[in-house]
Amino acid sequence: MPPVVHAENLVRAFSGRRVVDCVSFTLNEGDCLALFGPNGAGKTTLLRMLAGLLAPGQGAVHVDGVPLAAGPAARARVGLVSHASMLYGALTARENVALAARLHGLPHPDDAAMRALATMRVDDRADVATRTLSRGLQQRVSIARAIVHTPRLLLCDEPYTGLDDAGSVALTATLAERRDAGAALLLVTHNLAEGLALATQAAIMRRGRFVRHEARALLDVGSYQSQYRELAAVDG
Amino acid sequence: MAERFAPPSSPPGTLAAAWIVARKDLAIEFRTRTAFLAALVFALLGVTIFFFAWDSTAVAAADLAPGVLWVIFTFAGLLGLQRSFGSELGDRAVDGLLGAPIAREAIYLGKALANLVFVSGILVVTIPAVVLFYNLPLGREIAALAGIAGLAAIGLVAVGTLFSAMAVNTRMAELLLPMLSLPFFVPIVMAAAQSSARLMAGRPAAEAWPWLRILLAYDVVFVTACTLAFPYTLDE
Amino acid sequence: MIRSVSPARDPLLGVAVLAIAAVYVRALAFTPIEARQGAAQKIMYVHATSAFIALYVAFVLLAVCSLLYLWLKDEKLDRVAESAAEVGLVFTTVVLVTGPLWGKTIWGAWWTWDARLTATLFLWFLIVAYLLLRGAVEERGRRARYSAVLGILAAPLVPFIHLSVYLFRTLHPMPILLKPSAPSMPSEMVVTFVASFLAFALLFIALLRARYRIATLRDALADHEEAHG
Repeated sequence: MPPVVHAENLVRAFSGRRVVDCVSFTLNEGDCLALFGPNGAGKTTLLRMLAGLLAPGQGAVHVDGVPLAAGPAARARVGLVSHASMLYGALTARENVALAARLHGLPHPDDAAMRALATMRVDDRADVATRTLSRGLQQRVSIARAIVHTPRLLLCDEPYTGLDDAGSVALTATLAERRDAGAALLLVTHNLAEGLALATQAAIMRRGRFVRHEARALLDVGSYQSQYRELAAVDG
Repeated sequence: MAERFAPPSSPPGTLAAAWIVARKDLAIEFRTRTAFLAALVFALLGVTIFFFAWDSTAVAAADLAPGVLWVIFTFAGLLGLQRSFGSELGDRAVDGLLGAPIAREAIYLGKALANLVFVSGILVVTIPAVVLFYNLPLGREIAALAGIAGLAAIGLVAVGTLFSAMAVNTRMAELLLPMLSLPFFVPIVMAAAQSSARLMAGRPAAEAWPWLRILLAYDVVFVTACTLAFPYTLDE
Repeated sequence: MIRSVSPARDPLLGVAVLAIAAVYVRALAFTPIEARQGAAQKIMYVHATSAFIALYVAFVLLAVCSLLYLWLKDEKLDRVAESAAEVGLVFTTVVLVTGPLWGKTIWGAWWTWDARLTATLFLWFLIVAYLLLRGAVEERGRRARYSAVLGILAAPLVPFIHLSVYLFRTLHPMPILLKPSAPSMPSEMVVTFVASFLAFALLFIALLRARYRIATLRDALADHEEAHG
């Protein structure tokens, strides 16, 4: 059984500077990697490579044993939540999520869309143009969009941004449910508590590299917190 | 548990995906309608203004008409093309398209198709307006004129959609799109104007044929070239 | 490591300038005056050679480097394309200035929609659009990619424009043009033409090299600032 995601020696440079510098890791079913790090560490770039939005300069990403570089079909198993909503403001929540369902080839896109919206407790706003929704509700629709095709690998780039308590609870519940159902998660967050709550692995990224990467079970939260604060402070 | 993650019925092929993208763009345009109405009003106003800019005793209105029609078509088309990628960048909705398991070319073809519908909509109103205002004796040539309009629209949209994808990422999008596109529109305008002028003047079809051949060749060359070039306009 | 190589010290540039000066002395003093066109024909030594270099050397170089860049992703190719565009713009401008000067003297009209002159005008527009596009994109990789796409698409466009204008002219009555008589040129003229072509080619290469060095230094400086800024 191939791992859900295997990233090997990923490198990506912009204008000569390495933004992601030799990152490797493996996630199996039920794994959740919480990724912390200061701004500019390369976390977003790494996620974009894992989602197939950016090609690595060197290295490869395999999802379920299939290399992402092989073609569009490999992206079918990946879902992405970023801090931008990725929604079309003029379309309703249902239409936005159904669009994602159609692009993935789901047989009943509207039903799948409603189910996903219900999971994120935003189905009562399904027929409202998303630009009229609050930031938090938009984020919930965005998450629904990312899970409508039940991805094996769910990438979340600071998904808690803008969510109120109810939204955060719904998100954590959804992520936990996905993880327990066998998906692998990669969660980028600035909030150590939220990240560690769901994590089975934890890593800190700085200047394009993983400076710490270990199993959650082996972590002492207190010393982790102080080391993280130190590392974040150095980069400002 | 494994069957929950089986890739849901295979993702759409390139043409099917293009159709999904086109429908999405048209749904958004239909929701707001402002761009279409603005382009339409611009076209009608332009056609009217041109009429008064000429000495109608020196140049017969019917002689003026083809030139006016195709020049106005170009500028109204540009207005439509400007908005082509606008909805994609604000909330990074384009990432939803790029992360989907569809070929990059499908995004281009879908947007070009939506632009084609937009431009055709403008022509459907503008051509009868020109016939009316310029007192054109139009009979059986209407079918040929529609054919010329179709070929011209395809060429305009093929090149314009590609440059729109590039211009939208720059600081001076509204200026850059016309600067890039207009040199490429010149053969289209020439061929369309010259062939429709001959047809409307009642000259034998054989005289219009060389121009139609240029238009046809242009479409074939540039639809192919732009489809192949589109993936390079994406940040990968 | 940034080597400071000043374009001013490039020997080729000096040679090229001297060569052009020499050709002009020859053209003006030692080449016979053409029978029908008079002294004005001598502008052809500049006009025709610049046109040839602009179109067939600069533009082809631009298109080829653009294609190769998209395939090989080597930044050097992008810098060559950029340099070819700028130097090509200079040569194209020379064509567009000398053409009407000659035309006014010979035909009495500053501008006619001659197929080749029109295609050159559009080449000028395209190169300007290329340089404006480069100016509007800040990130280096994206700038190179966008320019390369434009550079490649421009290649089939120029023949289309040439063909369209040619068709336009053959179907519309236009003033009869005198063409510089190519086949029956006395040998001194041929030699001057060839010498002029070689001199301008040298100038093009020298300017291209200078511009390329500037591009290389600029990129190296940007890298340096990124790393230590």
